Amino acid sequence: MTSDFTRIDGRKWDELRPIFASVGVLNKADGSAMFRLGNTVAVAGVYGPRKVYPKHEEEAERAILRTKYNMAAFATSERGRPGTSRRSIEISMVTRNALMPIMFLDEFPRTAIDVHIEVLQADASTRCVGINAACLALADAGLPMKDFVASCSAGKVGDKVVLDIAGKEDTEGELDLPVAYYPKKKQITLLQMDGITTGKEAREIIALAAKGAEKIYEAQKAALRTKY
Amino acid sequence: MTDRKLVIPGDALGEGRAGHGAYEEDGKVFSCFIGLAEEKGGLHFVIPLSGIYNPKRGDGVIGKIEDVVFSKWIVDINSPYEAVLPLSEATDEFIDLTKTDLTKYFTYGDLIFTEISSVTKTKNVQLSMRDRKCRKLRSGRLITVTPAKVPRIIGKAGSMVEMIKDITKTQIVVGQNGLVWVKGDNEDLAIEAVTEIERKSHIQGLTDQIKAMLEKKMADKYGSQPQPQLQEE
Repeated sequence: MTSDFTRIDGRKWDELRPIFASVGVLNKADGSAMFRLGNTVAVAGVYGPRKVYPKHEEEAERAILRTKYNMAAFATSERGRPGTSRRSIEISMVTRNALMPIMFLDEFPRTAIDVHIEVLQADASTRCVGINAACLALADAGLPMKDFVASCSAGKVGDKVVLDIAGKEDTEGELDLPVAYYPKKKQITLLQMDGITTGKEAREIIALAAKGAEKIYEAQKAALRTKY
Repeated sequence: MTDRKLVIPGDALGEGRAGHGAYEEDGKVFSCFIGLAEEKGGLHFVIPLSGIYNPKRGDGVIGKIEDVVFSKWIVDINSPYEAVLPLSEATDEFIDLTKTDLTKYFTYGDLIFTEISSVTKTKNVQLSMRDRKCRKLRSGRLITVTPAKVPRIIGKAGSMVEMIKDITKTQIVVGQNGLVWVKGDNEDLAIEAVTEIERKSHIQGLTDQIKAMLEKKMADKYGSQPQPQLQEE
C-alpha cells in the first residue's frame, strides 16, 4: 500500500490539505465555527437549546438535534441551483447521525438544538468539513459533549489509495469514502462510499481516513483552545 | 483560589467522581464543556464559559411577564424554559379571583426580580416572590450578558457590583440568568463597566481596573461639581 508518488496537487498519498479552523465567527449564533480544508470551506452556526417549533416535534425527556446542510449557489465552478435538494437532505441526515453519539441531549429536555452548515466553497469532502465545523460550533455554544468527532475522506485514484481527495481526484477518481471518526472510542459515526472496491481494500481506505481524522481532531482542539 | 485549568470537551480530568460539567467513562472523568476545571476531594467539575441559562433552584433571576392567566403569571427568564409565578407565591393578601384583575399586580412586560423555588426533571420552573430581595423593577435599563459570566460581574461576596453601584451611584440588580438591570443618572457608565467585565472576565485583578476606569470617567463627567446622589425607592 505504501508508495512514493506525487498527486496532481503535489501532495503525498497520505497527506491532508492545509487545515484552517476558527471558532466564534458569527455574532448572532449561540455558537459558530469555520472549517477549511484546502479549498473546501464550511461555516456552521448553532442555535439553542431553544423552544421547539413546531411543538409536536418536542420530546419530553431530551433535546432534539436538527441539522441543515446547504451548499451556496456560488460554491462550485458551475452555478448550483439554490435551496434544498435531494443531496442536501441526505447530507443533513447523515451529519445528524454522525453528531448524535457525542451529544448529551437529556440535559435539556423539551428543547431543540439547531445546527446550520453552509458550504461557501466546495472542492470535495464538503460533508466532512461540515461535520468538523459543526462540532466546533456545538462546543462553542456551550453544549455538553462527550468529545469531538472528526471527519475526513479517503479514496482511490488510478488504482492508488489516497487520503483526502480533492479537485480532479474527486471528479475523475474511482472511489470516494467519507468517514466520521470518534477518536476516543475508535468508533465510526459516518461511513459512505461512492465507487466499487473489494472488502479488503475498503478496510484499508477506512483505516487511512481514520488516520487523517485523528490529525483533524488535533486541529479542532487547537482551534477551540485559541479562542478561549 | 484553587487551581483552574482551561478544558474542552473530551479532556481527561483524572480519576475520581464526575460532578457538574463532567462525565465518567471506564473509571476516568472527562470534561463535557469548554470551561474551567476544578477538583474538590476527588470530585471533578467544570464551570462552562459559554451557554444558555439552565434554571436552578434558589437562583435569583430577572424575568419579564409574558402572560397573565387565571391564577398565575407566565414569566420569560431568558432561558428555553418559561417560568410560572403562581398567585400564592406572589402575595400574602387574600385575593378574590372572581373580582380581581391580576394585571393590577404584574402586567404584560413588567420586569421582576424573583427567585426560582423549584425546577422539575422536565424543567417546569416555578418562581416565588417571598424572599425579601424580590421586587418589581420599575423603569431603568436592561442588558443581557452571557449567564456563565454572571459570577464575575457579582464578584467575590458582591465586591464587583457593590463597587460599581458605589462609584456610579446607580441601582444595579444582577440576575443569575444573565440579565442585568441598571437605574440611575449614570446608567451608561454602569452598563459600560458591566460589558467591560464580560469582555475581560478572564483577567485577574479586574475589580481594580474597572474601579480606576469608572473613577476617571466620573471625574471627567462631573469635575468639581457635586455628583448626584443615589435615589432609593
